Amino acid sequence: MNWVGRAIRRLEDPTLITGQGRFTSDLPAVHWVRFVRSPVAAGKLRKITTPKGAMVVAATDLIGVKKITPILHKFNYKPVGQPALADGMVRFTGEPVAAVVAASKEEAEDIADQVEVSIEEMSSVTDARAALEPGSPQVHTEASDNVILEGKVKTPDFDAVWKNADKIIAFDARSRRQNATPMEPRGAHASYDASTGRVTLTCTTQMPHLTRTAICDVLAFPESDLRVIAPDVGGGFGQKMSLASEYVVLVWLARKLKSSVAWTEDRRENLIAAFHSRDQYARLEGAFDKNAKLIALRSDIVANVGAYSCFPTTCGVEPLMAMAELPGPYDVQHYACLARGVITNTCPMAPYRGVSRPVVTFLLERLMDKAARAFAIDPIEIRRRNLIDKFPYKSAMGLEYDDATYKETLEMAVNAIDVRAFRERQKDSRAKGRHLGIGFATFSERTGYGSSAFAARGMDITPGWETVIVSVDPSGFVEARIGSSPHGQGLRTTLAQIIADEIGVTPEMIKVVHGDTDRAPYGWGTFASRSLVICGGATLIAARKVRAKLIKIASHMLEAAPDDIVLGDGLAKVAGTDRTIAITKLAREAYTQTYRFKGEIEPGLTETAHYDPPGTFSNACHVAIVEVNVETGHVKIERFVVAEDAGRIINPMIADGQVHGGIAQGIGNALLEEIIYDDNGGILTATLSDYLPPTAHEIPMIELHHIETPSPNSITKAKGLGEGGCIGAPAAVLNAINDALSPFGVEIDEIPATPQRIRTALRNAEAQNER
Amino acid sequence: MNDRSGITLTINGRDHAITVEPRRTLADAIREDCGQTGTHIGCEHGICGACTVIVDGEPVRSCLMFAVQANGKRIRTVEGLANGDKLHPMQQAFMDHHGLQCGFCTPGFLMLAVGVLEREPDISDEDLLDVLSSNLCRCTGYQNIIKAVRAAAKDMRKG
Repeated sequence: MNWVGRAIRRLEDPTLITGQGRFTSDLPAVHWVRFVRSPVAAGKLRKITTPKGAMVVAATDLIGVKKITPILHKFNYKPVGQPALADGMVRFTGEPVAAVVAASKEEAEDIADQVEVSIEEMSSVTDARAALEPGSPQVHTEASDNVILEGKVKTPDFDAVWKNADKIIAFDARSRRQNATPMEPRGAHASYDASTGRVTLTCTTQMPHLTRTAICDVLAFPESDLRVIAPDVGGGFGQKMSLASEYVVLVWLARKLKSSVAWTEDRRENLIAAFHSRDQYARLEGAFDKNAKLIALRSDIVANVGAYSCFPTTCGVEPLMAMAELPGPYDVQHYACLARGVITNTCPMAPYRGVSRPVVTFLLERLMDKAARAFAIDPIEIRRRNLIDKFPYKSAMGLEYDDATYKETLEMAVNAIDVRAFRERQKDSRAKGRHLGIGFATFSERTGYGSSAFAARGMDITPGWETVIVSVDPSGFVEARIGSSPHGQGLRTTLAQIIADEIGVTPEMIKVVHGDTDRAPYGWGTFASRSLVICGGATLIAARKVRAKLIKIASHMLEAAPDDIVLGDGLAKVAGTDRTIAITKLAREAYTQTYRFKGEIEPGLTETAHYDPPGTFSNACHVAIVEVNVETGHVKIERFVVAEDAGRIINPMIADGQVHGGIAQGIGNALLEEIIYDDNGGILTATLSDYLPPTAHEIPMIELHHIETPSPNSITKAKGLGEGGCIGAPAAVLNAINDALSPFGVEIDEIPATPQRIRTALRNAEAQNER
Repeated sequence: MNDRSGITLTINGRDHAITVEPRRTLADAIREDCGQTGTHIGCEHGICGACTVIVDGEPVRSCLMFAVQANGKRIRTVEGLANGDKLHPMQQAFMDHHGLQCGFCTPGFLMLAVGVLEREPDISDEDLLDVLSSNLCRCTGYQNIIKAVRAAAKDMRKG
């Protein structure tokens, strides 16, 4: 029986659908915390006046607590520290200034309302380009020009190649600021155990071990005295992989009060202060030869990284990923890029699903469509001429692309659509005043990369590998303890499928344990489409070791050669005979009958494995068909087709679910979602009726087509796919909108393409024509 | 703010006699005073629908109702959907169609869909989409939620 490749139901679901899931905010606590936050974007903190008798903690109370200071050793990075509570200065609206502690949430909120914070307001800057202007307000003295890091690359002979171009296509694009908006806001519960002196921090994190390391670093106490639990976590999408300064305060309070304290963020706090992303300006220029072949690519990326640098990735994560992966799936060996991280008086940036790749894919795919138009060829044709089709391929940035199907997925999607019929329909509709458009996005998604990839960024803390411990207990049940920390990805199921195939039991007999630093081995958590590749790889290796041991034991028990033993259906069998022994029995023997093995087999049935692969590339082609209402600027997505290749698929149902969810977020990014600051650095989008994640109405049914190209860089042959949906969708939707609007001479190179932006562009074009 | 009233919330057939401040939301009362934490709170301003429960047969956002308003009313939450070990068809369909990932919005979607289908068993696909667009999910992209609810609607009609 092969479990890998089957769409089995998730082992996670029974608890979650019956209301038995355990989320951080479900825990009772003795004390509740409410943070008082800065109402202004920049200023000197003068005085905090608190109501009589209230417990209010400010930076001055946190004696000896270090700042959160992530480090990059490259790219002229300037380390800036983030205090757990604002220390003398406030740098963004929503920055925690004080923590009110009370017996209930309500009481803490009431007291917080009475805390008076006196701030000498200073001029602020929220826009990255404005922050680059000479004389702009300075956010940190360590970075006098507000540039916190600068990545630069220019391949040899770039200028000579550039000069030989037949056409240069250049444009400016803009990605507006977004919030990952997991449905569960962040929260933490810290509880002190007087008998051991340990604190247990239960929190909404994607990386429990790293949370432990970071907090123990800044509070200076041994990691063995802190247990971090990520219970059921209600989505993360990157927002929960960076350290929340609030968690530091919670642990500090638990130790101080020798009690339990809890904090649950409200939605407003989440929207204004729980990390933002994707706020980027970009200029992209492509040099094409006379055959519309891209020969050189140049880009200038300005990433607004907010007021502080997120831990552990640092704020380099967006600009540096943009620089490294911008050439995408296209064959172009000449490349120049300047990628800057700019600090501003805004909420800090953190990774959000896809990181910079939704933006760079949007840039590159807009470039391809613009070039196709300039050369008067079809958008499909220009992609055919430029997509990489020989592997392995070394990119201009030195990344090695393993086997992929850029062209095949494009053709698969094209065939699924019937583009010719669409073009006819588009023509007919235009004659009737209805404006349909089609947009393509072909992209690669770098996934499952280990420590070598992170080391290339010069990260002081270099994540990458994973450890898995698989053990079979004397009852024959299997436990896999993992360092990854899934929170919706279905990893308990997919890892159980991998193990089940190796050791011959059903997935129901396998429990995957994660999200508890006391139970799981040190690991880096779940982010960057890495868990199935890296943790899955370590799981496979550990399961194979267990398998080898089970076979050894069976060979003793059944008095047969190890090569003749087959595991399956809960049994060890001697091939070609009817001699069998139950695997549960073998497990029992491994502990209780070791004397029989005469020292040839070590006691117990626990194996550990590590995996640290170089990384692989998934790929896909997304096609959106939209209708733009030119009167209202409203965009309706009529059809969305995906042809994707993520290597071997462990569970097709779960894989499809990841793609659906990513695309929905990508459509939100393309059309709806935008965090807006006013001129004074206040946030105008602090509720879910202002910041708009898509609903069921905005997301079309998604048609999925698959190719499975196994990766040589992944021991399970699976490539990651958690982020791909999010990466391709904005580009496909924007290209479709632009195709729909092509009769009007309008180009929209900004996401989200809100009705207002579309109407403004159309109005400007009309005014232009009238002149 | 501190004048507490004694009320009785009947949750899944069981009476909970509690005392609450007038400002206490039904969501907080269900979770904190009655210990039924299956109902989740996602926004506290009535947009996301994670806290949806059924009050006297109607799906309600429990963050927008005060606990005192629910005094004496029949409240159903996700914990009461299954009949012992037998899952409600809606729960089964969410599992079968992968209608959940992180599971945080799930109780709200389950109660919304069950509440509406009990009231309107023959609701059209279009109206159902309207109903489902009143809650937010950030993981699934909705497609599988819609599939699950349509499948459950069929099962529920069969009874």
